[in-house]
Amino acid sequence: MCLAIPGKIKSIDYQYGGAVRMAKVLFGGITKDASLDMVPHAQVGDYVLVHVGVAISVVDEEEAEKSFRYLQEIGELDELIDASQIDAPNPDTDR
Amino acid sequence: MKFLTEYRDPALVAQYLDEIRKTVTRPWTIMEVCGGQTHSLVKNGILNLLPEAVQMVHGPGCPVCVTPLNLIDKAVYLAEEKGVMLCSFGDMIRVPGSTKSLLEAKANGADVRILYSPLEAVRLAQENPDREVVFFAVGFETTAPANALSVLQAQRLGLTNYSILASHVLVPPAIAAVMNDDEVRIQAFLAAGHVCTIMGVGEYYALVEQYNIPIVVTGFEPVDLLHGILMTVRQLEAGKANLENQYSRVVKAEGNPDARKVIGQVFTVADREWRGIGTIPMSGWEVRPELAAFDAGKKFDVRIAKAPECADCIAGLVLKGIRKPVECSQFGKACTPENPLGAPMVSSEGACAAYYHYAEV
Ligand code: SF4
Repeated sequence: MCLAIPGKIKSIDYQYGGAVRMAKVLFGGITKDASLDMVPHAQVGDYVLVHVGVAISVVDEEEAEKSFRYLQEIGELDELIDASQIDAPNPDTDR
Repeated sequence: MKFLTEYRDPALVAQYLDEIRKTVTRPWTIMEVCGGQTHSLVKNGILNLLPEAVQMVHGPGCPVCVTPLNLIDKAVYLAEEKGVMLCSFGDMIRVPGSTKSLLEAKANGADVRILYSPLEAVRLAQENPDREVVFFAVGFETTAPANALSVLQAQRLGLTNYSILASHVLVPPAIAAVMNDDEVRIQAFLAAGHVCTIMGVGEYYALVEQYNIPIVVTGFEPVDLLHGILMTVRQLEAGKANLENQYSRVVKAEGNPDARKVIGQVFTVADREWRGIGTIPMSGWEVRPELAAFDAGKKFDVRIAKAPECADCIAGLVLKGIRKPVECSQFGKACTPENPLGAPMVSSEGACAAYYHYAEV
């Protein structure tokens, strides 16, 4: 559960009356919501390291792709898939 | 065992291994603190590739493992007796308490949810105003921003039915606790890259100085780990004790100030009990007193007796790197991931479980 997984920001929207900046982040074929509160300068198209639904840093594309491929190869992406299949509160917006 | 060709960058792996072999002239003992790194070292067979002189020992860095048994019992109690919607990460839900795990409580009808993020729990609280929602918030520094943010979000939304049961642990006090043990013979540390992504590297200078040990901030992939080990043995062989950053492509020296600000708004440093080790002073974060309404530990008055840990388990020695998992008489016999007797067997990032699953012993 301690891994941060790199993904690409697809879109950004403001929730709760503009108070919260959320992104749709693409991890391979899976899209998940992530908060951008910790990376206020991140823009659409940027790659971010996401840990349990919060982007914690911006990384370059090469680093993101390499590290994602590694996680995929060794089967460490279960937490993304696991959680989105079991008990996700909003399955239709989570995928 | 893995073959070199299976690595993403076999040439680089071979090169680092070669350089490590050429550098090492005497035996060295190095601890990696992070459970993710332990998992990667064992799963990728790196321990078998290193020269015998380089001994890697595995630290206490699995937050799921070190979450006290009593707290798991409390979470189960909240779910079963208080009718709370109890949410947490998948690994935490599977850890057995003294009588059952949250997953078993769920099977018996309690409302237990496996979530990917604490922010989803806030949404559940918003959607279910007549229910109490508790997020069992475990983790190292990496996870703290998300857990803190969930509290701030709930506060912003004016929710009175959301709280967290926090078991947050910190890496630097754990390193100090390991070094303060007279039996410990560790000569250098690999520090956890993703923890430093948040906290920066500043906290580690004092440790390097106080204990005169090299600390190398390292990533979690095989090439990163081997590179970090190489940097460490180079320092050891040269008689140096410096802080170095192997993972600088991700970890900035100052970490993430925005994340630390959010953590500071919600948490304050406190003593914390580590399962298998005991209480380490100022080694965790608890919810600030002014946010007590969001602290499940204070909100719900749960007093349950402390269940004893298994007497045969040598978790404390394993978590401090004094004994290897295989040196425990229960390993793989009475104690397995299905029926763990102690902390390092409860999650795949614990040293005992990593050895059980992947090591050829
Ligand atoms: S193998 Fe089991 S009993 Fe032995 S130290 Fe590890 S967790 Fe404890």
